[in-house]
Amino acid sequence: MEKKRNAGFETWLMHIFLVSSAIVVLYPIFMMVMSGFKTNAEIFGSPFALPKNPSLANYAVIWNTTDVPRYLLNSAIVTVISVVALLVTGTMAAYAISRYKFRGSIMVSLFFLAGLMLPLRLAIIPLFVQLKAMGLVDNLLGLIFIYTAMSLPSTVFILTGFLRALPSELEDSARVDGASELRIMVQIMVPLITPAMVIAGIYNAVPIWNDFFFPLIFIQTPENKTLAQGLTSFFGEYSVNFGVLYAGLTLAALPVVAVFIIQSKRFIAGMTAGAIK
Amino acid sequence: MDYEQAKRKRARNLKLWLAFLLAPPAAILIIFVFLPMASAVLYSLYDWDGLVRKDFVGLENFADILLNPNKNTLLFNAFWNNVKVFVSLMIVQNGIALVLALLLARNPRGYRFYQVVFFLPVILSTVIIGFQWKMFLNPVFGLVNKALHAFGLHDWALPWLGLPETALPSMLLVNSWHWFGFPTLVFLAAIHRIPKDFIEAARLDGASEWRIAREIIWPLMAPAVTIIVVLTFIGSFNWFEIPYIMNGLEGSPQGSTDMLGLLFYRTAFGSVSAGGSDFGQGSALAVLMFIFIFVFSIIATKYLTSREVEMS
Repeated sequence: MEKKRNAGFETWLMHIFLVSSAIVVLYPIFMMVMSGFKTNAEIFGSPFALPKNPSLANYAVIWNTTDVPRYLLNSAIVTVISVVALLVTGTMAAYAISRYKFRGSIMVSLFFLAGLMLPLRLAIIPLFVQLKAMGLVDNLLGLIFIYTAMSLPSTVFILTGFLRALPSELEDSARVDGASELRIMVQIMVPLITPAMVIAGIYNAVPIWNDFFFPLIFIQTPENKTLAQGLTSFFGEYSVNFGVLYAGLTLAALPVVAVFIIQSKRFIAGMTAGAIK
Repeated sequence: MDYEQAKRKRARNLKLWLAFLLAPPAAILIIFVFLPMASAVLYSLYDWDGLVRKDFVGLENFADILLNPNKNTLLFNAFWNNVKVFVSLMIVQNGIALVLALLLARNPRGYRFYQVVFFLPVILSTVIIGFQWKMFLNPVFGLVNKALHAFGLHDWALPWLGLPETALPSMLLVNSWHWFGFPTLVFLAAIHRIPKDFIEAARLDGASEWRIAREIIWPLMAPAVTIIVVLTFIGSFNWFEIPYIMNGLEGSPQGSTDMLGLLFYRTAFGSVSAGGSDFGQGSALAVLMFIFIFVFSIIATKYLTSREVEMS
């Protein structure tokens, strides 16, 4: 009897702790979204009240008078092309390493995995000099190359794990039937690892979309800025107009949050892929 | 004869095929990761004038950073702040994560909901979160102080980011808010991998939840702890975005939020306080940071792995 009541108390404590943690996360996000629909006067006068006349005026300001739409487009371009490039090149490397026995294959896989240990930010100076010489400074292509290169080690790591686990009977029978190596790879093997490719894609897409550091150093003109970086100039321009700022943050958060809500399981699996074995 | 020829041809084709698969990814990795990393070491040994490399100076850049009293006070201040960041995040961010993971492992009602909610800030850009909280913490217009005034706690309504005592703690709370969902779900996944019978058997024997957590779950989730400690360490010593966005490049107020990452940026690319850009000293600082992070990560991994126990 005593024991049961005790358990009930513990359960209550657990629920209180979990619920308050959820509130601590959700309330600030809710306030940010809600404030984006208010006027500045409302935000300063009655900060915690719901918007009296919810209006999209702040969003209209962003859409019509700022570069934020351009930043969104640039981020989308950079992220999509980088993810396609890293999945294609990553799959090529992982496939060669995991499906063929050849001299030096261990060296080759170590070569790709060594990249996991190197924090590229610390090489930003030589990278800057190099990109400048290649004409890739202030150029989205420069970012795409950097992100693809940075993401290759983790992509190869995730994909080799899956590719190694595939049985070799599939390829062998296709080979007996005279299928070319390219056809075996593209038509038989790659479709089998699409779940792993989704994981590797998400694992790298989120940090690429959110990255601030590389654009900060490599991108200068407003037309080429990405979202995370562009927000800093946007904040400089509208520093006193909190309504517009909150709306801008909400807009910036929207694309990733929307995908996350729809695909939360894959997202969580993808983003923790490096840390869970 | 024909057979031999065909075999040789196939072997040659296979070599070509492998080269075709490996060359593009290898080239990208070499050009954009390995080459710059190796060049950083080389750069640190030269004197630089803007983008132009001048004389070979050996270890002079390193000596200047470490021994010149005008520079090393900044370096040690930043380093010490990074240490504070690491220790605080280990306690606050990962401590909360551990508690939440242990609670979620008991499969409470709303399990999926909590997973999604706790992970929500993790997917957001640090820039968004930094600005959001900078606005919340605004001394006059921010929601935090408005709330404190509303509760009558007028003395508590401080300029959080403006005081040397509160600026770094505020940023650390913001960082914890941003990231705690990540260690939570990594810990949770590790707990789920512990065979259910271990925990059930202990429960049947009448062990308290606290004892189960301490004596069964904690030792068996050691691999996840290893990974989180190392990732927190690397993240803490590369900490850049939050302090940069919330209080700027100079680590204000009074250097209380200065970090190695900010110092590196100022040295490399120039700033009001550091003057013009200095690629030589910037590279030297980068090399020192890399060696420190690398060596510590290896030692920590070795030590932490040695306390992991095999489950099977």
